[in-house]
Amino acid sequence: MDNTFTLDGKSIPYSEGQTIIQAAIAAGEYIPHLCFNPEFKPHGSCKLCTVKANGRQTASCTQQPQPGMVVESDTKELNDERRVLLQMLFVEGNHFCPSCEKSGNCQLQATAYELEMMSPHFDQFFPDRPVDATHSEYLLDFNRCILCSLCVRASRDVDGKNVFALSGRGIKSHLIVNAKSGNLVDTDFSGDDKAAHVCPVGVIIKKRVGFAIPIGRRTFDEHPISATPHPIVKGA
Amino acid sequence: MSASLETAVHPENLRRVVIDPVSRVEGHGKVTILLDDKNKVHQVRLHIVEFRGFEKFIQGRPYWEVPVMVQRLCGICPVSHHLAASKALDHIVGAIHLTPTAEKMRRLMHYGQILQSHALHFFHLSSPDLLFGFDSDMSKRNIIGVAEKHPDTAKRGILLRKFGQEVIRHTAGKRIHGTGAVPGGVNKSLSIAERDELLNDIYQIVSWSRDAVHLVKDMHHQNPELYNSFGSFRANYMSIVGLDGGMDLYHGQLRGRDESGNIIFDGVDYQNYSQLIAEEVKNWSYMKFPYLKSLGTEKGWYRVGPLSRVQNCDFISTPLAEVERRDFAAFSGVMPMHAPLGYHWARMIEMLHAAEMIKELLHDDDIMGDDLMAKGERGNEGVGVIEAPRGTLIHHYRVDENDLVTMCNLIVSTTHNNQAMNEAVRRVAQQYLQGHEVTEGLLNHIEVAIRAFDPCLSCATHALGKMPLQVELLNGAGEQLSTMSRSNNGSICAEV
Ligand code: SF4
Ligand code: FES
Repeated sequence: MDNTFTLDGKSIPYSEGQTIIQAAIAAGEYIPHLCFNPEFKPHGSCKLCTVKANGRQTASCTQQPQPGMVVESDTKELNDERRVLLQMLFVEGNHFCPSCEKSGNCQLQATAYELEMMSPHFDQFFPDRPVDATHSEYLLDFNRCILCSLCVRASRDVDGKNVFALSGRGIKSHLIVNAKSGNLVDTDFSGDDKAAHVCPVGVIIKKRVGFAIPIGRRTFDEHPISATPHPIVKGA
Repeated sequence: MSASLETAVHPENLRRVVIDPVSRVEGHGKVTILLDDKNKVHQVRLHIVEFRGFEKFIQGRPYWEVPVMVQRLCGICPVSHHLAASKALDHIVGAIHLTPTAEKMRRLMHYGQILQSHALHFFHLSSPDLLFGFDSDMSKRNIIGVAEKHPDTAKRGILLRKFGQEVIRHTAGKRIHGTGAVPGGVNKSLSIAERDELLNDIYQIVSWSRDAVHLVKDMHHQNPELYNSFGSFRANYMSIVGLDGGMDLYHGQLRGRDESGNIIFDGVDYQNYSQLIAEEVKNWSYMKFPYLKSLGTEKGWYRVGPLSRVQNCDFISTPLAEVERRDFAAFSGVMPMHAPLGYHWARMIEMLHAAEMIKELLHDDDIMGDDLMAKGERGNEGVGVIEAPRGTLIHHYRVDENDLVTMCNLIVSTTHNNQAMNEAVRRVAQQYLQGHEVTEGLLNHIEVAIRAFDPCLSCATHALGKMPLQVELLNGAGEQLSTMSRSNNGSICAEV
């Protein structure tokens, strides 16, 4: 670990093959992110982790640093852009935080708090996305999907199952379940799968748990997301 | 007599007075009055646009979400919906008997809600009318005016409410839209520190609550003429009472009495409410009119809320409130009290009862226990009933084998009181408006009558005195001949 780069003026050591965000996390620094999870190969889709590296914008979850690189992350310009990305995510789905059981444990909500997003700003899409409650132990509430593909990666790369996939393009892209019926019950999904525990928002939900954890004891009641150590998503 | 004012025989050629406030969290209310050119009242109607979209919205959602989601229904008493839904869904998870900790935590939350809601209603919304007079100077007839003239009363009102909100925060996690109750129990109990914090203030709260009962009681004694007759009409009344016949605002069986106080039904398990109550639709109102099936639409309507509850129970278990209940009963004599202004007195007795119950619960170690959840055989249907601050609140759900809600029916307190509020408004119109030029002060009498019921659009009806108001003179063809409007400062100007 001889090499270093600077992140907002702080010197960050890194080793060969690490990305900027990996080195930052190892050094205890926070760069906002949603589709990145240290346990999985980066996907680089949400763009929330965008930083300026030597003056050029790049996704810090895929970009590897160079010696002496000057990386800016916590700047007004970048945070303003991140806030707009968040607002778009909020209006594309149906995110009703006050009645969502993932409230207080949700990375989308916590990141919005972190970046001081005060309102969704854009018009809500209010898409019609019925839930899939066919599985006896798990429920899929597609209303909250942010298409981070973590469940896709977990099911494919860790569970070896391919239960989930992203389908469609652009604004039409959505999460699907790989079964003829399209229903979770007709897959080999199980609560022991890695995929059951990676969703950063509230799509893949263990049934009948609901609001079992009182306000005050949820993940982000204790610390804001910027001060919450990985792994952020604890097994449900 | 006043029922005849529901529909005028010849509505054409009557002036139409509309009291129409802007829409509120839980609904939108307005009063329309038809007057002829001698100011004779021909028709009076209270219209409340009830929000029923929720019952559709909740279909297809997982049941465990409902107690939290349902709080979005109403920003005024979310805790009541939270608890009624949880009680209904206890039947889905088979938790017919909760653990002592769960039951007591939920009760504590509920009494916190009763306390804060009753304090808000009495001190903020109604005391200006009662302390200053119904047609007193409009610019003073508000909580600011009370704070100037009666600073101690206003301050106590604020602190009583705040204490109730703290009880809610410690039991539900947040002052509004908390998560404390879950199907089958609760998600937290009190820590020693939380209990001690509430214990610190509770004796003061009990004592102030008793003072508040005395304040209203004195008003009744000083001016029995006004308090007994204002908007008064006779009605059946209903509430849940405890299994022992005592007042129980959290759980019990349904009991109904007729206008003379005789029992019509008693000991009814509220799971069977739909055999007892039906709802009538009238073409002029969005809000339905519930009635007792056994008596039919004409005779079967009833009143709910504090005035009903204090007179429906056989006793109140807490000593100070029981003394006040007896005083109340002695004041009204052999007949039950039907006067709408009696609601205020009854409401304060309940506030005292809630404060005493909170005190009792804070001395019970079960509220710090850790056995929070119960379960049993899975069911697919459940009814939850609670006596919310404003009256009986019914939640009814069906859930399919995939855990999704397939049916939801709610009957909220304000709906139960629909016919009763209409009656009160008609009585007041006859007593005060008949034959007089319409003034702001006279119109406020109408609002005072509505406000006594503390309908869920309470804030709305209170702000009403400041709302623009229109009087329309229509010709036989229903065309507008002239209008009269009231501006924000209460002055009335006519345009032809
Ligand atoms: S379900 Fe969750 S983990 Fe999967 S793509 Fe959607 S947000 Fe990401
Ligand atoms: S975290 Fe890097 S693009 Fe999503």
